[in-house]
Amino acid sequence: MPDRQLVDTPFVPATRTSRQAILDRVRAATAGFEPAPVRRDYRQAGAHPQPDPETLLEVLIDRLVDYKAEVTQCAITDVHTAVTAFLSAEEAVRVVVPDGFPDEWLAGSTDSESGLVRLDDTGPLTVDELDAADGVVTTCAVAVAETGTIVLDAGAGQGRRALTLLPDLHVVVVTADQVVARVPDALGRLDPRRPLTWISGPSATSDIELNRVEGVHGPRRLRVVVAESG
Amino acid sequence: MSTTDQPAGKAEITQWPRATNTGHLHGDYFPRAARVALADPQLRRNIGNATTIIREKRGSVVAELDDWAELRAAGAAIKDATMADLGDHLERLETEVAARGGVVHWAADADEANRIVIEIARRAEARDVVKVKSMATQEIGLNEALAEAGISAWETDLAELIVQLGDDMPSHILVPAIHRNRSEIRDIFRREMGNVGVPAPDGLTDDPPALAEAARIHLRNRFLTTDMAISGANFGVAETGTVMVVESEGNGRMCLTLPRVLVTVMGIEKLIPTWRDLEVYLQLLPRSSTGERMNPYTTMWTGVTQGDGPEEFHLVLLDNGRSTILADPEGRPALRCIRCSACLNVCPVYERTGGHAYGSIYPGPIGAVLSPQLTGVADNPSLPFASTLCGACYEVCPVAIDIPTMLVSLRAKVAADPDSGDARERAVFRSAAWAMSRPQRWTRLLRLMRLGRFLARRGSFRNLPPPFNGWTATRDLPAPPDQSFRDWWTAQRDGGGDA
Repeated sequence: MPDRQLVDTPFVPATRTSRQAILDRVRAATAGFEPAPVRRDYRQAGAHPQPDPETLLEVLIDRLVDYKAEVTQCAITDVHTAVTAFLSAEEAVRVVVPDGFPDEWLAGSTDSESGLVRLDDTGPLTVDELDAADGVVTTCAVAVAETGTIVLDAGAGQGRRALTLLPDLHVVVVTADQVVARVPDALGRLDPRRPLTWISGPSATSDIELNRVEGVHGPRRLRVVVAESG
Repeated sequence: MSTTDQPAGKAEITQWPRATNTGHLHGDYFPRAARVALADPQLRRNIGNATTIIREKRGSVVAELDDWAELRAAGAAIKDATMADLGDHLERLETEVAARGGVVHWAADADEANRIVIEIARRAEARDVVKVKSMATQEIGLNEALAEAGISAWETDLAELIVQLGDDMPSHILVPAIHRNRSEIRDIFRREMGNVGVPAPDGLTDDPPALAEAARIHLRNRFLTTDMAISGANFGVAETGTVMVVESEGNGRMCLTLPRVLVTVMGIEKLIPTWRDLEVYLQLLPRSSTGERMNPYTTMWTGVTQGDGPEEFHLVLLDNGRSTILADPEGRPALRCIRCSACLNVCPVYERTGGHAYGSIYPGPIGAVLSPQLTGVADNPSLPFASTLCGACYEVCPVAIDIPTMLVSLRAKVAADPDSGDARERAVFRSAAWAMSRPQRWTRLLRLMRLGRFLARRGSFRNLPPPFNGWTATRDLPAPPDQSFRDWWTAQRDGGGDA
């Protein structure tokens, strides 16, 4: 919403003066500064050797578990079983399902006998409804093996950012083709104009004596289904 | 208003009006403050424990990357390249943020930044704001300025919450409450939470998960109901207009996602030119900072996204002394700093005094070079001396800031400054220079100094008489030996000793 009329407000012209002054000062300060050219001798995207697909998943799972996420590895045809298992193990009844989350990944879990109440974000859901939900299931955009990171880009099956923030349980499905080796490989697959959330394990803090404690404001339980095709 | 109407030319660089409020960047004379801190054994234990843990964690995750040295070199070079064209990058960032629905503001100093934020809050009719941990907003004293304007700022990072509830000052860049142990934190929560909102649960223990849970309960409703949030930024990407915050707890995600209005205060040195450059810093920062392969949460946003997150986004670009540092080739590399705090955790001085002794919200080695440069050395003359120059800070710095060399150059500036240097010290060193410029003079002086041995106790001088007492106020001076090397050498050569 660029047209909120804030640009013509009385206090902005003053900062316009500062704008010019800061830019002039910065340019004068760096006149003649010619630093050495940037050398990217580190391992860049696609750097060889790339780990084989099996190792990639192994590393990802190792890192996820290291940061206290629980992980299930399964065939893509069994995702619904794994998702349902995580939800029922956590006794999650009211579950947020973002638009675009594949129906077959929930098939069998929306039956009346499973007792699941599916919350769709058509409406959209209020913060109180989200806060009262037991969990959320999503897909993801990319996963980084080396750091155990899952990236959400608000695309299909992921929804807006609040959906994965307020419920205390987040079940996320990662497919093998979404897993990249390292951080540089991930950036090329992401669109910076989308709102991005990089998630590495459940919410945590190191603020008390620098010991890591899992579980503060974000979802305190992160469950990951790693799905392989075939 | 501290801006000039005329564009500043090169000659005006040093004449940027001194900010009337530079925020929290200076305190007491360091040696005096350090002595107070050193007398507190609990503080030393708390900091010693914490820094030992974090050093080990950092060491092991840095060792996992075989291209760390190359990443570090690129991290330094990208920041330098950004500075060389900072004006263009700032304009590009502004264009991109505005194109995506954000509003960009420019603040020459702390006062101006605070006024801008207060004005935005008034327009949003916000009486309360939630805050993500941010060095920039601490630097400018934003919370105090908001309070004066009748607006309550609520810190939401666990450590910041501990500091705010305890009416305390931060003592570490990453872990502002590092000086508090778990039982002190429990006591603060029990005593203070109820006064400002949801009280601590009955029977709260000092178990860290229980303390984290108490913070969750205390802040939950605030996140859900507050209309405006204020954050800092770890990086701003010029070519895309993307702004980024790294965090651990999810309080950042709450603030960046739920409120209707978001204001981000970002120092102008936080820019990087391209999206791809993030691949370097996303590897350097978490490993250097918390010793993790990746921090739990990173949020990246570009302007405003309809239906997802804030409806209004304001980006305040803050100078507050940075352009002055930029003009100084010796001090400029300090602007590479990505606020990881690795240099604090390895510093033998920081480990013993803690952060409060530095009197600035930027403590430790990086604070000792950053704070005096932001305020001018005259306002912070003791910090460049708050170091043993051991070099550990440079070794761990992920963007290769040569802090020891910078400290030495700042010391020279302090010594040369008639207002802050010590006239007696200058006189002593002038005499020393005179004596050392002729070998005969030097030899005579050494022999003369031997006469002073009777003043020494157990091989050193504890307190020299004036005018030399300034030197021994904070250190012992070894007594001269009864035979100098030069005399020994002469004796060996001429007399054929048993060497």
